[in-house]
Amino acid sequence: MSLESLKAHDSTWEIIAAEIPKYKPKFDDIPSAPLHSLDTLWFQVGGTICNLWCTHCFISCSPKNHKFGFMPREEVMKHLEESKEIGVKEYYFTGGEPFMNRDMLGILEDTLAIGPATVLTNGILIPERVAKRLKAISENSIYSLEIRVSIDGFTEETNDKIRGEGSFRKAMAGVKNLVENGFLPIITVAQTWEDSETERIFNGFKKTLTEVGYNRPRIKMIPPLRIGREKVRSHGYDKYEYITKEMMVDYDDHLLQCTTGRMVTDKGVYVCPILIDSPEAKVSDTLAESFEPYPLKHQACYTCYISGAICHNFSASEN
Amino acid sequence: MQKLAYKKIAVFGGVYNNYLALEALVKDAKNRGVEKLYCLGDLGAFGPNPDKVFPILLENNIEVVQGNYDNSIGNDLSDCQCGYTDPQDNYFAQISYDYTFANTSAEFKSYQKRLPKKIRIELGGKQVLLCHGSPRQTNEFLWESATPNHFLEKLFQNHESDIILTTHTGIHWQRQLSDDKLFANIGVIGRPENDGETHVWYALLTENGNIGIEFIPLEYDSKNLASEMKEENLPQEFIDTVLTGWWTTCLEILPVKERVRGKY
Ligand code: SF4
Ligand code: SF4
Ligand SMILES: [Fe+2]
Repeated sequence: MSLESLKAHDSTWEIIAAEIPKYKPKFDDIPSAPLHSLDTLWFQVGGTICNLWCTHCFISCSPKNHKFGFMPREEVMKHLEESKEIGVKEYYFTGGEPFMNRDMLGILEDTLAIGPATVLTNGILIPERVAKRLKAISENSIYSLEIRVSIDGFTEETNDKIRGEGSFRKAMAGVKNLVENGFLPIITVAQTWEDSETERIFNGFKKTLTEVGYNRPRIKMIPPLRIGREKVRSHGYDKYEYITKEMMVDYDDHLLQCTTGRMVTDKGVYVCPILIDSPEAKVSDTLAESFEPYPLKHQACYTCYISGAICHNFSASEN
Repeated sequence: MQKLAYKKIAVFGGVYNNYLALEALVKDAKNRGVEKLYCLGDLGAFGPNPDKVFPILLENNIEVVQGNYDNSIGNDLSDCQCGYTDPQDNYFAQISYDYTFANTSAEFKSYQKRLPKKIRIELGGKQVLLCHGSPRQTNEFLWESATPNHFLEKLFQNHESDIILTTHTGIHWQRQLSDDKLFANIGVIGRPENDGETHVWYALLTENGNIGIEFIPLEYDSKNLASEMKEENLPQEFIDTVLTGWWTTCLEILPVKERVRGKY
């Protein structure tokens, strides 16, 4: 499906949600994932609002998608306070585009005062001024501030086909500003190629990044989640691609984000960062109530199962 | 629970087959009046000739916590359970592991299998919990820049103690918390700390009314270790680390603050 035809729809998700799955596993064959401990706390701080319109976006973010809104600083603060009691280990911020949220720098300041933070961004809204502010926030803290910039091709042509015209140039400018301010941004690449291409693409990224002065680039490749717009772009899941109880025997369930994390949005707490488009994935209003085990009934769970904790900074990549 | 009458103990981690550093440590600690030595695990990896470590442990009555490496070697597992996630990191980790596994005697393997996951001691009225990665997970990484105070306080609640000591990451640090709790990652003696210095680190705990932790830089014959690694055909990347003090592999797991301080 082309970008143009995608744009014609207000929310691709609604079309997909209307599709009835051809197959559902038997109810009693669905395994449940316990929350072992709440180590990783996610914030959908940018809602589903984004200045890009990527063809593979698994929650169909766009300038027009206001399903989830920006989270104000005070609201994040409230959850940060609660997270201290729980003993959370690290904080992740995503969207949409987090830097479209005007409170973002303040939110990072609050977070870095109590623990390490990671921001998932498309890199476009990081002019020198913002990079300098980020540097100051980072230097003021004993904790790490990680910036993860999504870029999906190492050339303008390949990237912009997925992420939209001009996005490559702008994101690379953001990367350059970050590097010049002492950051080592983690370049996150959604794999839209065959496995045999991975090495060539990895080396291509290395070269491109070195050219803007990023001499020891950190590059993370992640498998695409075949939901949201990506379901339309490539293909959805096959009917048998579910997790069954049998599959969980001898499986280290720590690899699933939902066993050690939760996602806070402006609409309540969700089981993980992947499923916020699914109303059933809302588990509670407060963190304290979000500890119930969660049934792994979604097909996206299958990607988690196969690929490991794909959302985490230090998690398995596929090559 | 062992009630210790000791006044001064030394705690170290991550031997990584570096028997030369271990020999140097035994000597250095004795010179400082240390009465007892504790090791927080990961006897193998990285360096040459794993079996050379074994007699030193026995002769000096060193008590050892089981690290992820020791658990793997002792139980014939196929990898080190280091918890790396980058393919390149895993490639190098596997080279060390296969080498160490192939060169560890059956006797040393069964010793490693039987090691305890935690050791609790009492020192000067304080409960000290010795473990490998964290009290809750052997291969958990606790880096200074990625470990919040409130997270540590929770660990103290769940694993009752006054002092918790860990290793596994390879870089030492300590933090004083509220309620007089003290946490420390005591570093490793197997390889330098990614700061351009060839020495390695261990910790001294001294009882003098309260308990203080002092980190001790330890020099050893790194040139000799490097040439032995060469003889054993271990990767040049590892040898470079021993000779320069900069990490060359297994870097993707570092949080940005720790990574930025290094060279690669
Ligand atoms: S993939 Fe990221 S940058 Fe692209 S539309 Fe979605 S949220 Fe925005
Ligand atoms: S999508 Fe992944 S993280 Fe979310 S509930 Fe399913 S398995 Fe858990
Ligand atoms: Fe370890």
